[in-house]
Amino acid sequence: MTDIPLLSLTIFLPLLGALVILLIKEDESSINNIKNVALWTSVGVFLLSLLIWLQFDNSKSGYQFEEKFRWFNDFNFYYHVGIDGISLFMVILSTFLTPLCILSSWESVKKRVKEYMLAFLFLETVMIGMFASVDILLFYIFFEAVLIPMYLIIGIWGGDRRIYASFKFFLYTLLGSVLMLIAIVVIYQLTNSMSIAELQGNFFARNVQLYLWLAFFASFAVKIPMWPFHTWLPDAHVEAPTAGSVILAGVLLKMGGYGFIRFSLGMLPEASEYFAPMVMTLSIIAVIYTSLVALAQTDIKKLIAYSSVAHMGLVTIGIFVVNSQGLEGAMIQMISHGVVSGALFLCVGVIYDRMHTRDINFYGGLVNRMPIYATVFMIFMLGSVGLPGTSGFIGEFLVIVGAFKYSSIVVVGAASGIVLSAVYMLYLYKRIIFGVIENEKLNEISDLNLREKSILIPLAIAVILIGIFPNIFIDPMRLSLELIISNFEIANGK
Amino acid sequence: MENNLISVLIVPEVSLAILAIACLMYGLFSKKDSFNKATNFGILSLIFVSVLVYFDFTTNFALFETFFSNTTFTKFFKILTTLGAAASLIICKNYFIDTKINRFEIPTLLLFSTLGMMLMISSKNLMMMYLAIELQSLSLYVVASIKRNSLESAESGVKYFILGALSSGILLYGFSLVYGFTGQTSFDGIYISLSQLDKLPIGLVFGLVFILVGLAFKVSAVPFHMWTPDVYEGAPTPITAFFAIVPKLAAIALIFRFCLEPFRSFYFEWTQVIFFLSVASMFLGATAAIAQKSLKRLLAYSSIGHVGYVLIALVAASDQGIRSASIYMFIYLIMNISVFAILLSLKKSDKYVDKINQLTGLSKTNPIVSASLAIIMLSMAGIPPFIGFFGKFYVFIAAIESQQYILAVLGVLASVISAFYYLRIIKGMYFDEAIDGENFDFTINNQAKVILLTLMLIIIFFILYPSLLTGIVSGISII
Repeated sequence: MTDIPLLSLTIFLPLLGALVILLIKEDESSINNIKNVALWTSVGVFLLSLLIWLQFDNSKSGYQFEEKFRWFNDFNFYYHVGIDGISLFMVILSTFLTPLCILSSWESVKKRVKEYMLAFLFLETVMIGMFASVDILLFYIFFEAVLIPMYLIIGIWGGDRRIYASFKFFLYTLLGSVLMLIAIVVIYQLTNSMSIAELQGNFFARNVQLYLWLAFFASFAVKIPMWPFHTWLPDAHVEAPTAGSVILAGVLLKMGGYGFIRFSLGMLPEASEYFAPMVMTLSIIAVIYTSLVALAQTDIKKLIAYSSVAHMGLVTIGIFVVNSQGLEGAMIQMISHGVVSGALFLCVGVIYDRMHTRDINFYGGLVNRMPIYATVFMIFMLGSVGLPGTSGFIGEFLVIVGAFKYSSIVVVGAASGIVLSAVYMLYLYKRIIFGVIENEKLNEISDLNLREKSILIPLAIAVILIGIFPNIFIDPMRLSLELIISNFEIANGK
Repeated sequence: MENNLISVLIVPEVSLAILAIACLMYGLFSKKDSFNKATNFGILSLIFVSVLVYFDFTTNFALFETFFSNTTFTKFFKILTTLGAAASLIICKNYFIDTKINRFEIPTLLLFSTLGMMLMISSKNLMMMYLAIELQSLSLYVVASIKRNSLESAESGVKYFILGALSSGILLYGFSLVYGFTGQTSFDGIYISLSQLDKLPIGLVFGLVFILVGLAFKVSAVPFHMWTPDVYEGAPTPITAFFAIVPKLAAIALIFRFCLEPFRSFYFEWTQVIFFLSVASMFLGATAAIAQKSLKRLLAYSSIGHVGYVLIALVAASDQGIRSASIYMFIYLIMNISVFAILLSLKKSDKYVDKINQLTGLSKTNPIVSASLAIIMLSMAGIPPFIGFFGKFYVFIAAIESQQYILAVLGVLASVISAFYYLRIIKGMYFDEAIDGENFDFTINNQAKVILLTLMLIIIFFILYPSLLTGIVSGISII
């Protein structure tokens, strides 16, 4: 099996699917073919990524499945991809969510189906490529290229204020990431290397690290997003079509967390230590403030969007306490949030497709008409709250344990955020699902159909699987995270 | 090489001069269809000359080598200029015929102006530099107002002429100051006499600044850019295409050579000026374009912004800077030819598209054209994976290698602002719903189609094999 470039195949198979779609002429009869090609391509990619997981060696901390080709003749830039414990689940998260997204848009997307599927397949390539890049320039190219399909997805298939939201999304995230480009060039100038693997450690003078760290921070803080750089997120989430929101919340936000672990901690440990208190402060503000904001929302999607900011605040706390519990917690929290928030957006999509409104006050008493929906929604809601047995619990618990070693003040902040998340999620659930149906229009609403079940049930299984057997997920990433932690401790003389 | 007749004739500049005269005669004496014939003749001549440049024919007949340098840098830019001119003639042909400004003087004048540009790129003497600049400018003044019965075209020609003449005057004044203080007109002579000085005397500082101002007019760097949007808007679109594509190359090459050859030991003095020009051009190009409704004005500001980026590479004042600028100009050329190839073929209700809001609905009726235009716009905005990103990336590499961190940061910030108006074009094509229901008509001749297709492939797939370009460029040096 070693001869087959499994990773490159996983990265570029979606593009191949896109090429096939490009050749299909769009008309009434071929729309189903287009959808099928997109779906089965992404399912194939998912299976390939599972194959990678299967062959992944848990006892190695470095990159596996490496492929390296010279790319530029005048600089040391390579096409260099690889997978380690940190990127493995990010890749799988992307490949897992994409087919579900495509399936979820089966009927809700009616115009420009061909372009829609092209955008999603291109997006999938870019996402996988970004998590699998070992060369920083390659990483940057994928990181930026994500903007193109996402801009189109929000702008073409989005809601009423889609143009405003798409521009805000594009320009805001571009502003963050261009500063990273400068940092990348500086890194190359100082070390003559672009390999993430080679640059893990403490290679830069302290004052250089501080500047580089800030440049990377600008990019990742916007992406993850941290308070006060989060304002693009509610707009983008609300205006994007359901599948766009799922990918935004499920994968794109994780690019920020992934970047923090890889670049900030991995390459700039001294600066990370220096700036950790700032990150903690911003994260605690994010957790508490955005939870309160979420409580006040009347739009379901907006509520979930703000809850994302709060949950990502926990992730940044977990990352910057830099111990094994905190980092593992942050990783699990990212995976869990990817599944749970993606699923919640899909749940919103289900009722939105039926009623074409996301106003919380419109709904109420759905449990009477949609028992299966109520059950599945319950699982995701509890996953988001962090009930034991769901994925959210593992992430939040580990982050809190890790934070205890850092400072008890941080723990108080993080824990109060978790309490608040229970408040707004349960309150949301009560208003939508419980009670009696008061709105006449809801009398005719139908329960999940087969397609919707086949989207939501795998997600529910994933939530419970992570919650009950977290070790399946923690074991592969443990050594890679330990490597980063030990580098960090050596650099800071601990 | 012996100075026999043939070896003189195959010197590219000489050959182009003869071909340009021949083109004039050919157009004059062919009774029917003179525009078509002269244009085809012009295209073939330009391609032929670019081959001659490639094979490096040179001579010292009539002190040719004393006045014109021949290095890898000049060669690269001369090939770009001739091929760019040929490509712009090809993409313009249909438009001229369609709008009935099919006069054979156009290709002839463009050949003469290209000759002027080739001489500009390689001149190493102040006198020659001035004559070359005038040769290219005079031809361009005429073509800017070639649509004689149009008020805008005449206005743009006059504007271009007056401001061009002003800048030439300033340039000449600068030359005379430099000559007065050094007693030299050749680049080498100026360099040698300057190298004996520790500090530039005040007169030479004035001379240097005047010359840079004159050159800044030619590259349309802010604050000497005023003519660009007006001329771009007023001139017939194919002439605008030519303005945007070719003279910029020559002017940029000249400003690089002037700064890095005679004045290379005093780079601290001129980098201050160029630094300001660069930052001002990037930011003005980015912000002023936001409010534009006309596509041509938008492209004018976009080209001003691009000049700002190339000048970053000049501030770097290093070998990497020269290479980065060469790459940037190559990429600039490709993107501009392709965008104009589309604009020159795209009609809505029998009128050529020139407002941004006219593009509404293009993605429904002409998906391939609109996708191409969208890709070019993303590329111009510098979004990877398209080719434009690499141009900017190389410029930033040069800047950071020379420790110009502030300039690099300002550059990326300006690129974010400029992304806004490139995105607006995509928004117009894809997000807005068409209301008027008018139909687009995309007619393009076969040669232009081949060019457009090739360039689109380069723009999209450059990322797969960048060494093809960087390999050529890595051998470039200015001296």
